[in-house]
Amino acid sequence: MTPSEKYVAAAYLVVFVGMLAYVLIIAAKLQRLQREVADVLHQLRERDRG
Amino acid sequence: MTAIRLPQLAAAATVLLGTSIALIFFYAPTDADQGLSQRIFYFHVPIALTAYACFAWGAWKALLYLWKRPEAADLESYVAIHQGVIFGSLTLLTGSLWAKISWGVWWAWSDNQLVLFLVLFLFYSAYFMLRYSVDPGPARANMSAVYALFGVVLIPVSFLAIRLSRSFIHPVVFTSNGPQMTGSQFLVFCVALAGMLTLFATFYQLELAGKRLDADLKELRELLA
Repeated sequence: MTPSEKYVAAAYLVVFVGMLAYVLIIAAKLQRLQREVADVLHQLRERDRG
Repeated sequence: MTAIRLPQLAAAATVLLGTSIALIFFYAPTDADQGLSQRIFYFHVPIALTAYACFAWGAWKALLYLWKRPEAADLESYVAIHQGVIFGSLTLLTGSLWAKISWGVWWAWSDNQLVLFLVLFLFYSAYFMLRYSVDPGPARANMSAVYALFGVVLIPVSFLAIRLSRSFIHPVVFTSNGPQMTGSQFLVFCVALAGMLTLFATFYQLELAGKRLDADLKELRELLA
């Protein structure tokens, strides 16, 4: 690999990794929200029974 | 509305960015002067322009908040600026890599375009420090909106710096005579720019949906308590 090829690959890799990191953060957030929704739903059902 | 638009936006961003990658490496001609390293341009410049668009959109939402007081505009302004900082980080990283291969240095303090972009980036990075140092409420929304509006002045300054600068280390592609590139290069650039802007729109809607859901859930918990 020539130095030019390495730098071009690195530049595109940086963009790809940046986007992937963002998607992973959003995915983690969605999982947390999913858990919280399930928790609220559980509380509502408990309240309904009580 | 967001639920309908989000998958369409994500699909459009994937198609446009996939097409642009294919065009960059299999269609765009190799630059006679810079060789292969010039291909960084097709992502670096659209990412930088998208960062400007994010900050401008954030400032527009901030103005809207101060003018007509819709509550949603505060969150929309915040999310746009957050996206701007992400695209700004990518601009600085890809720019540094291109500078290293083209100029032999990672950064050139003598270049007004680089320094002004860094100032713009740091200005909007400080937005988060201001926002999170104040308790949520109208006071925080007002302060954030005023700060976001001040920063927008730096966008044309940063964009024009390259044209007003006396040092011409940074290449000038868009002049008053139009884009200084071949038709095929311009086509690839336009596809990449459309891809980046669509990606911004996708991430913006995605983050906004998450934040709204978070706020709704918080309200629901308060009602349950």
